[in-house]
Amino acid sequence: MTTYFTKDHEWLKVEGDVATVGITEYAQSQLGDVVFVELPETGKALAQGDEAAVVESVKAASEVYAPVDGEIVDGNADLEGEPAKVNEDPENSAWFFKMKLSNAGQLEELMNEADYKAYVESL
Amino acid sequence: MADTAATDLAKTPLYDLHVELGARMVPFAGYSMPVQYKDGIMKEHLHTREAAGLFDVSHMGQAALIGPDHETTAAFLESLVPSNMKELKPGKQRYTVLLNAEGGVIDDLMVSRPANPAQDGTLFLVVNAARKDVDYEVIRGALPEGIALETYEDRALLALQGPKAAEVLAAHAPECAEMGFMSAQPLEFDGITIHASRSGYTGEDGYELSVPAGAADAIARALLADERVKPIGLGARDSLRLEAGLCLYGHDMDESNSPVEANITFCMQKRRREAGDFPGGARVLKELAEGPSKIRIGLKLEGRAPAREGAQICLPGEATPIGVVTSGGFAPTMQAPIAMGYVPLDYSKTGTQLSIVVRGKELPAVVADMPFVEQRYYRKPK
Repeated sequence: MTTYFTKDHEWLKVEGDVATVGITEYAQSQLGDVVFVELPETGKALAQGDEAAVVESVKAASEVYAPVDGEIVDGNADLEGEPAKVNEDPENSAWFFKMKLSNAGQLEELMNEADYKAYVESL
Repeated sequence: MADTAATDLAKTPLYDLHVELGARMVPFAGYSMPVQYKDGIMKEHLHTREAAGLFDVSHMGQAALIGPDHETTAAFLESLVPSNMKELKPGKQRYTVLLNAEGGVIDDLMVSRPANPAQDGTLFLVVNAARKDVDYEVIRGALPEGIALETYEDRALLALQGPKAAEVLAAHAPECAEMGFMSAQPLEFDGITIHASRSGYTGEDGYELSVPAGAADAIARALLADERVKPIGLGARDSLRLEAGLCLYGHDMDESNSPVEANITFCMQKRRREAGDFPGGARVLKELAEGPSKIRIGLKLEGRAPAREGAQICLPGEATPIGVVTSGGFAPTMQAPIAMGYVPLDYSKTGTQLSIVVRGKELPAVVADMPFVEQRYYRKPK
């Protein structure tokens, strides 16, 4: 399993041709208290950069974008009942959705953990 | 997501304290202000409802009308607002609105009459930060000879709000305990003369403290030293006032809205309603008699998804919008989404089923009484 990161503060854990996607610790700290998560429907085909999910804090709504091309194969229904999990455990149990990759080559453009850490420190 | 404040933003006297407390500073009305501290909006909001929260509202405009006697100064202010000012008693405060010639709300403000007879003829004003310049221009443009508008740039304004606010403040300024809701008077805070009112914008008991800029840091630190007090940012200030059903100027009302549309006719006392002797009086009287074409209402949404400012309000199943959300978010006390918005009078009755369109989906919503959360203002025992 390999983990990738995007400049939009999402992480992807890739196993075979399926990526599990969530938002990073940095993203949750910037959002503040998450009160609602809207997940994409299973079966939906998304291109890189498309709006995939919505995360609402007390203050504002933010989009979660598809980090790569693919088809949604699962959503984390736990987040609908317990959105605060996004603040508590963003990089593990509070994953947002899983997508089947249709263009695995796009992964090469993403950051690894060390690069992402440096990116966050540069902000 | 960077929150780097532009260098041309003004700073309040508490700026260094905010930074020291780990606040996330954001630009607001030309000032660098704390939107939240380390605890975050949810905890800050709930803490204010449970104990006491300290807010820096120094960005707001503090000013005074100074005339020869109360009758003269009050009569002048009454020419700009639809509230009774002549009847305002010494040491009392009142909420009102500045109106334009069409009866639209230029700003909402607090007016207090000093308790000290030596200051008879003075009325203190607190106006919104983003409207200071507009308000002062309107007032100065109307000033008659013998009345002056003085603005105070050398004062900070702190709000201490919540059920423990009175006990906390009394440790430093014991006289505050005797103050009634919407009263105003000078207090000695650990030997520093400040001006306090028992009011605020959270729906809780509490005070607003006008203090010399140079003493603001010391006073804020003294209050924060009490474990019942936490610093609260603008984020929670917004969610608190939304739950309390209170208007945020520029969002829930603007120059196009009359006080009747904005549903704040409580600020218009009987004598003024009958006379209509204020700017835009003809429109306001007509709306009072016949009902306005639209009115500000509260809405409770089903589910957990919040509806934000700008979302369209529709009749269920019908695509044509009948109104728009002017403030909306997740209410921490209620753990549910709430909103305010304008709809035609026919759809404003409590219990009316409406829907709000969020990201293309209709969310069921019901017209609700405001305040959403019961106000707990202090009522003096008789």
